[in-house]
Amino acid sequence: MQLQRSEMHRFEARGEPFVYLVPSAAVFQLDPISAAVLDGLNGEARDARHIVDELSDRFAADDVTTTLEELVNVRALRHEGSPSNEVPLDLPPEEMPLQNLVLNVTSKCNLSCGYCYEYGDDRLSEASAMPDMMSDETARQSVDLLFEEAGPSPVVHLTFFGGETLLNLRVLKEATHYARAKGAEVGKRVEIGLTTNATLLKPDVITWLIDNDIGVTVSIDGPKEMQDRFRIFQSGEGSYGVIEPKVRELLRRHRRRAIGARVTLTQQNLDVQRIFRHLSDDVGFLEVGFAPVTTSTCRDYAIDEDGYVRMLGAFEELGHEFVEATVAGRHHAFSNVKETIEEIHKGVSKAYPCGAGLGLLGVSTGGDVGLCHRFAGSGDHTLGSVTEGIDKSGQRQFLEEHHIAYKPDCHSCWARPLCSGGCYHEAQTRYGSTKSPNLHYCDWIRSWTHTCLELYGELATRAPGYLGRLDA
Amino acid sequence: MKHLQPINRKAERIETLVEDNDIVALQDDGANIPLGCSFVFQPGWEADSKGGTAGLCQPVERDLFDCYITCFWPAHVPDLYNHAPDWTSKCGSAAKDWRKIDLIFP
Repeated sequence: MQLQRSEMHRFEARGEPFVYLVPSAAVFQLDPISAAVLDGLNGEARDARHIVDELSDRFAADDVTTTLEELVNVRALRHEGSPSNEVPLDLPPEEMPLQNLVLNVTSKCNLSCGYCYEYGDDRLSEASAMPDMMSDETARQSVDLLFEEAGPSPVVHLTFFGGETLLNLRVLKEATHYARAKGAEVGKRVEIGLTTNATLLKPDVITWLIDNDIGVTVSIDGPKEMQDRFRIFQSGEGSYGVIEPKVRELLRRHRRRAIGARVTLTQQNLDVQRIFRHLSDDVGFLEVGFAPVTTSTCRDYAIDEDGYVRMLGAFEELGHEFVEATVAGRHHAFSNVKETIEEIHKGVSKAYPCGAGLGLLGVSTGGDVGLCHRFAGSGDHTLGSVTEGIDKSGQRQFLEEHHIAYKPDCHSCWARPLCSGGCYHEAQTRYGSTKSPNLHYCDWIRSWTHTCLELYGELATRAPGYLGRLDA
Repeated sequence: MKHLQPINRKAERIETLVEDNDIVALQDDGANIPLGCSFVFQPGWEADSKGGTAGLCQPVERDLFDCYITCFWPAHVPDLYNHAPDWTSKCGSAAKDWRKIDLIFP
């Protein structure tokens, strides 16, 4: 009986060996025998009897035989010649409930951040063809569409995005009121959130956010000199001085939701540790998430290879801090690691990188429905409108064409259950097609996923209670 | 299991399936949709693209009409012209009503 290893990724935590199986995304801790068996099967297929013989000086034959059976049962080993795990083309059901509708309530912004994908050189949306502000009517129609398409889902999520959302406060208020009333009428919970640059967070706006239980994400890049490098007013003046007191007031008063900071990292702004310390420890954000800027390679703010290495090192540091805090029962705000650890814990194996076009859609200011907020208003990626409904055949075609089964580059990568090719918008910007996997950050994703697996293994041994809470 | 300890939720599910000896579920590595017929067209060979049987045509769960009309390989489907013309009469929609299709004995 010739046996060979299936697709897997080995990692260690606290000196103990673990294995991450692909594509099932199962994580097993290995004992010394199973670890020795897998070590010995690094290359070609080998006969089971040879494996038993070879390990006979260290382990009893019966134990090795049972181990081989167990490894075959969980698909860590397979019989030579049996087909390898292909990437199955399992399309989602036709009627996927819409969970989250993102409304681009305005395409205008009072800041002129150099790297903005809505306005910068890499923009996709056809801003001139759309109204600057979403109307009350379009916002109400969007809410109607969300409820119509939500199916049996007991919760719907409405997210406001822009431009700067608070420039269209009137429509935010109208849509919030309308959605809450409609939710009460049909018995669905409505979760509402928005992203803002914080420049317009006046006391009465904060009161409105609190009274309406609205989740807030603040786009902010760090301490003054970092924030002011790209996040500037049209005059060129930095925005830190304007937003700092407002953000502090928001965090002090709005305690019902975990207010998050969303940081854009650029080649010029990569001191992750310093940004984190400022936003978490000094300003007091409960969640701080980092995202590398989305850009084509030619921009001077695009992060280069060395930059990605530095970013990884900083993420690793914060990841270890997160584990130590969690073990000690303290909160830690580094949200990038939390999301991945939760996905590892649940054993997520993704056919699509994200919910865009599946359970999430975006609406442009004019009412066009797009894949997500980043695509709303770009003609080529329109999937209907709030008046005419979702273009179901277009949506179906998108899902058929973008399945991981059609990304052969990803088929030999062990990180595909979690990455699945990466952001469509990033791919469109980088490679001119949403169908392309984001090959420029493969190494980075694999390294970061490896780190997250190590951190997960450590949490599993040191703080199993924390992982238990992720089941809820 | 003695030598492998399931850590995440997916591993726990796999362990349960192994203990229950649920062969069909274990063949399912994430694909919930059968992938079609046998990939080797030889009599006596009955394995799907994953080496198991879960993805093969099963007369009561696959597309019945394609099996007996268009498929070149003789499937185990009754002869609807001569012996069992009413075989699918209670089955308005194969997706919903396939349980209503009964076995036919010659």
